[in-house]
Amino acid sequence: MNSKLKTDEEDWDLCISANNSLASVNIQELWQYRDLLIMFVKRDIITVYKQTILGPIWFIVQPLLTTIIFVVLFGRIAGLSPEGVPQFAFYLISITMWSYFSETLNITSKTFTENASIFGKVYFPRLIIPLSKVISGFVKFLIQFSIFFLFWLYYLFVTKQVHPNLYIIFTPFFLLVLVLMALGFGILITSITTKYRDLSFLVSFGVQLLMYATPVAYSMSNPKVQKHHLLLWLNPLTSIFEAFKYSFLGIGEYNIFWLTYSTVFTLILLFLGIVIFNKVDKSFIDTV
Amino acid sequence: MSKPVIKIDNVSKLYRLGQIGTGTLSHDLKRWWALSQGKQDPNEKIGVINDRTQKSKNDFAWALKDISFDIRQGDTLGIIGKNGAGKSTLLKILSRVTKPTKGNIKIKGRIASLLEVGTGFHPEMTGRENIFMNGAILGMSKKEIASKFDEIVDFAGIQQYVDTPVKRYSSGMYVRLAFAVAAHLESEILIVDEVLAVGDAEFQKKCLGKMNDVSHKEGRTVLFVSHNIYAISEICNVGVLLINGTLGYTGNIKDTIESYLNTNTSSGEVFVTSNKGIIWNEIKNREHLSDLKPDDDINFNLSFSSKNVSFDNVMLDFALYNENNENVIHSRSNWIGKKFIVSPNSDFEIKYKIKSPKLAPGKHYLTIYIYDSSGFPILHIDKIDACNINSKNYFGTSLYFDNVMSNTIPEFSIDYI
Repeated sequence: MNSKLKTDEEDWDLCISANNSLASVNIQELWQYRDLLIMFVKRDIITVYKQTILGPIWFIVQPLLTTIIFVVLFGRIAGLSPEGVPQFAFYLISITMWSYFSETLNITSKTFTENASIFGKVYFPRLIIPLSKVISGFVKFLIQFSIFFLFWLYYLFVTKQVHPNLYIIFTPFFLLVLVLMALGFGILITSITTKYRDLSFLVSFGVQLLMYATPVAYSMSNPKVQKHHLLLWLNPLTSIFEAFKYSFLGIGEYNIFWLTYSTVFTLILLFLGIVIFNKVDKSFIDTV
Repeated sequence: MSKPVIKIDNVSKLYRLGQIGTGTLSHDLKRWWALSQGKQDPNEKIGVINDRTQKSKNDFAWALKDISFDIRQGDTLGIIGKNGAGKSTLLKILSRVTKPTKGNIKIKGRIASLLEVGTGFHPEMTGRENIFMNGAILGMSKKEIASKFDEIVDFAGIQQYVDTPVKRYSSGMYVRLAFAVAAHLESEILIVDEVLAVGDAEFQKKCLGKMNDVSHKEGRTVLFVSHNIYAISEICNVGVLLINGTLGYTGNIKDTIESYLNTNTSSGEVFVTSNKGIIWNEIKNREHLSDLKPDDDINFNLSFSSKNVSFDNVMLDFALYNENNENVIHSRSNWIGKKFIVSPNSDFEIKYKIKSPKLAPGKHYLTIYIYDSSGFPILHIDKIDACNINSKNYFGTSLYFDNVMSNTIPEFSIDYI
């Protein structure tokens, strides 16, 4: 819809037309709107704890409570937690990662429907919204992760129950893959839901089910899950969750093949997501 | 003459009627099949022009059809038309909220559009935070907003409340703040859609003043949509008239408004309420009324009928309006001590004569009320096309006088003492 037309007989800045080229992410334009991106991120973070007593502490309370429940439910009762590592650390890292992924996916997959009123009134690169959600979610993730980190240091130096290894230096990369995967899924789903609303129902409970197909409550090295191996590895989240736990706790499987699979999967997903997102954002306001 | 900054070329917009979401998959498949066979998109040919008075048999309608015109640097363009004529659709396409179905638009310079005030305001955030937020949504950088911050707060008149969450603002303060942000945008082209319908009279005046400054002093291009003909004629120098999604007229603002008012009345929408047995027929002496000088006497020969009802002592009330919808003459029969009688099943004519009213040139519209003896309205006819005052040879000097600012033009003299 919009592209710089320098070659035209006159020097037009902007051309609006019916046909738009495929997959033209205007990086330059996104950069121009970077202040808006920062503003959205700030808004998401600030407004969450306005008029609350505990304020940002809520970011921490939630995963801690969930972890305790997981320890009791999956660790004690179901006996899914692995031997040799503190259950609390195991579930805390799982839940921190999972809640980042699921919340980001949930919120980015509603980009168009939830922001229709703004999108209907003013133009800015639509990708700004999901990007801001990814970033504000990441800030929250970092706060929660630092809590894990404190516990981890305790287990590492005081009780000496966890066994990290050198692979830990690659974790930022796999974290990035996780972020991009959530973004890719989110924008793909929101693009399709503008026309076919059914998908939004599927997503909200599909994400819940996905947790059980991801090593959140269990580890792949647990003998009880061995027989479903291949199917579980096909889930692109599996290898990343395993790699994290292996790097920090020394439990789980570090599988280079499936990590590569997840990375490639994510890149293809993200590309597809951006192409369809760009196609939809020009006309969705008429169909939403 | 300055160069065009916006070039609109054959722009059309197709909308789907009815429920979206039922059968879209089959529509998609149909379209895909037709296009892959090299045929025309089946959804396009069935679109008819957007006449809302008739129920369309088709699923699609053109909200805009083949619109082409240019806007030059520094112009203030007023876009007028009835509800549903396509004004907002055109603005939406220009502000890139939606894309046209056909055609293209070329734009030079940065566009800021104000289709709604306060887009993206978050109730939990303070005035200060929202100024930055809203400015950023409208395309300003943080630096630009910071440099204009004091001006914005000052214009909105909310110095005291800048650090209060906007959910505690009165609705007036909210709107003033929102408009202030938008009015201080630094863009070459400003698009404004009926936002002036908010705020008190003083603030509306301030807004109009600001828009005048923007266009005339700063030389920026402004596109303005409003139903307020007065505001349009004050601010704009050129106009575009849209009729059912097609281009009705484009040219200077005075002619555009005139042709808008013509389309308005020729459609014959006469609002008559009669439930008490008196029927409005017509104005008998149209010929006399179509060609008057300001100082002519105006005679209205008004024809009514009655059903099986009778009234004693009815009061007649006449109000004459000009093109700006201002009441210029109001008369009531009881002021001159007259009462009328309506006898059953009869036709009757009333002659309403105004002696040399010296009305300013232009079309005038008549509203008639008939009240019964207890003061209860028994007939109401709203603003029918009544008479046309021409300016010809009134002062014996020129055939045409321009820039009439008053509702009446008495004979006058200006001399040295």
